[in-house]
Amino acid sequence: MILAKTGNEAMAYAMKQINPDVVAAYPITPSTEIVQIFSNYVHDGLVDTEFVAVESEHSAMAACIGSAASGCRTMTATASQGLALMHEMLFIAGGLRLPIVVPIASRSLSSPLNIHADHSDSLASRDSGWMQFFCETVEEGYDSLIMAVKMAEKCSLPAIVSIDGFILSHCMERIEALDEQKVRDWLGPYKPNWNLLDLDRPILVGPATLQDYYYEFKRSQIEGMRTALPKVQEVMADFEKTFGRGYGVLEEYRCEDAEAVALLMGSASGDMRQAVDRLREQGGKVGMVKLRVFRPLPHELLRKTLTRFKTVAVLDRADSVNSFVGPLYNEVAASLYGAENQPELLSYVFGLGGKEFSPDDAARILEGALAGRKDETVTYVGVR
Amino acid sequence: MKHTNSQADRQIADGKHHPLEPYLRMDRIPHIWCSTCGLGTCLNSFLTAVRNSAIPRENIAVVSGIGCTGRTAGYVNLDSFHTTHGRAIPFATGLKLANPELTVVVISGDGDLVAIGGNHFIHAARRNMDINIICVNNFNYAMTGGQFGPTTPETARTTTAPYGSFEHPFNLPFLADSCGATYVARWTALHVRHLTASIGEALERRGFSFIEVISPCPTVYARRNRLGTGLDLLQFYHDNSVIKNGIDTRECDIRFQEQLIIGKFVDEEKTTFHDTMTGYLKDAVGEKYVPYVGPMEMPGNGD
Ligand SMILES: Cc1ncc(C[n+]2csc(CCOP(=O)(O)OP(=O)(O)O)c2C)c(N)n1
Ligand code: SF4
Ligand SMILES: [Mg+2]
Repeated sequence: MILAKTGNEAMAYAMKQINPDVVAAYPITPSTEIVQIFSNYVHDGLVDTEFVAVESEHSAMAACIGSAASGCRTMTATASQGLALMHEMLFIAGGLRLPIVVPIASRSLSSPLNIHADHSDSLASRDSGWMQFFCETVEEGYDSLIMAVKMAEKCSLPAIVSIDGFILSHCMERIEALDEQKVRDWLGPYKPNWNLLDLDRPILVGPATLQDYYYEFKRSQIEGMRTALPKVQEVMADFEKTFGRGYGVLEEYRCEDAEAVALLMGSASGDMRQAVDRLREQGGKVGMVKLRVFRPLPHELLRKTLTRFKTVAVLDRADSVNSFVGPLYNEVAASLYGAENQPELLSYVFGLGGKEFSPDDAARILEGALAGRKDETVTYVGVR
Repeated sequence: MKHTNSQADRQIADGKHHPLEPYLRMDRIPHIWCSTCGLGTCLNSFLTAVRNSAIPRENIAVVSGIGCTGRTAGYVNLDSFHTTHGRAIPFATGLKLANPELTVVVISGDGDLVAIGGNHFIHAARRNMDINIICVNNFNYAMTGGQFGPTTPETARTTTAPYGSFEHPFNLPFLADSCGATYVARWTALHVRHLTASIGEALERRGFSFIEVISPCPTVYARRNRLGTGLDLLQFYHDNSVIKNGIDTRECDIRFQEQLIIGKFVDEEKTTFHDTMTGYLKDAVGEKYVPYVGPMEMPGNGD
């Protein structure tokens, strides 16, 4: 069915089709509508979900953890300050390996106060043990959210699915919605490995592990994320087989014979696509690599892909405040370290707090990458 | 920017300026509030109380959280702090501890103060922190589009309760009272004189004071519930408010579009956090104790 939906509407619609057992949430711009629309599905009896409008995001994630620990398919939605307020709880969900799934409409973090898009919220949660997916379009957000549920449950890892605030959350696009029953059948019921409400197998969740076991728990959690990538790819392949829409962990656009490519995540990939087309028309050997999965980071794939090019411009919609370069750049550089045929890496930070990023800006980056030019360690695109 | 009174008088006299302009950050005007919203009235009452008060303007600081009400801090021409959602009271607590001479006023929304910030609210009241809380209660999270929260009356419709809210709301004066607030009042955006006088009283006295202002949110709350414009709601307040000073705060529950009990409910003396702390330390530390008096160097203290 072809529908016109904003990013938030599409995420809410995906949640309706997922039909989670429990949703606990607190409103925040620009993701409020996801749960708001969903709450209307609840009140109209279109889902079987128990919905609670708790008093803060910290409580929302705590309630989600309680629900997930008792074996329920659990979701919420948030952004920015909301995700930041969940920070403590994100680590709990990660450590307990609870497959909670959270769409976020990515927005910058205070201070100063700003409600517009960048990736500082999700990237600040990088080390909490959550899978992270970034989307270019509304339909990709919708598909990714449905896939994320299956991935999370398969890997026993929580997952964040990011659509850029306002740029995607509030813009209407055409989506081909999937058949609801087919989605529910594809996901199937959630069968947790263990749960609090299994009276025959009582368990204790969250006990203290000091020097005796903490390290081992962490090591196995890390292993869980490290080995998640093939499972993520399996789910993508299965989704494609069932619904006919295929996604990769990363997507190459016109990279065949490219010398210089731009690597980035999120909605700005659309601008970059246009810039690639424009430069290609003029004979420029440029392309784009869009990274969809930030956690589990596809180290091998990044290495294999990026060593084919002479120059890679890495675009970050966030900054690590003097970690030398942007956060994504760091990850890419680490993946490439020691590889043969290392490309030259250029670091660009752009679009903080929703700062306009246009195909012209994208084209200038590609031109710079073609020229191999590197004026500064990091180029802050468009800052006054 | 400093204004002298004569400057202010001149501005007022030419008829083109709002009488409270010297108290507003005019570079932030026009404000974002919707027409017939009650927030302008609340701000007006507060600034009038400030103008009438003997407290020097530079000794008054305003702290807001996030929300439509939270924007207040940005509009007052006083030292002001627009904080994060829910944390206005702890910011204010720090401000007051660092400079005990300041009169600290928190102006924020119901969601900000008693949903996400509820924990801070009960503890500041319990400690009797010497701060003044003005809580604009519009019965919903207005800024994010009108979801129900802890003050939404049962059966009222909101964007997250399309067929009416079923949760039990807080009775805010009772909450403040039972946690130890030493001054508790409730007014509506119609009762501007009472409200202004009440704010004036709160500014002058010591201890945790709490003033709830029932205020129309025509754009989201009233529209969902077909209650008309802000003006219609003022008419409703006019027809349905009963002043019952000194009443037991247990009796101040709010039901959807029913009688509103307003007035000054609590006004009592109790030692403040600062007084109990210094008294306790004096006893515990003995002669060595040097009470903290304020920042070592305040800007402007040099001359
Ligand atoms: C941690 C966090 N969560 C959520 C939000 C989004 N948010 C901004 S204002 C607001 C509610 C405002 O309601 P209230 O305090 O009653 O103020 P009003 O707008 O009604 O005046 C919310 C949920 C936020 N800014 N920060
Ligand atoms: S949304 Fe409601 S509370 Fe906010 S400014 Fe408009 S009328 Fe006032
Ligand atoms: Mg409110």
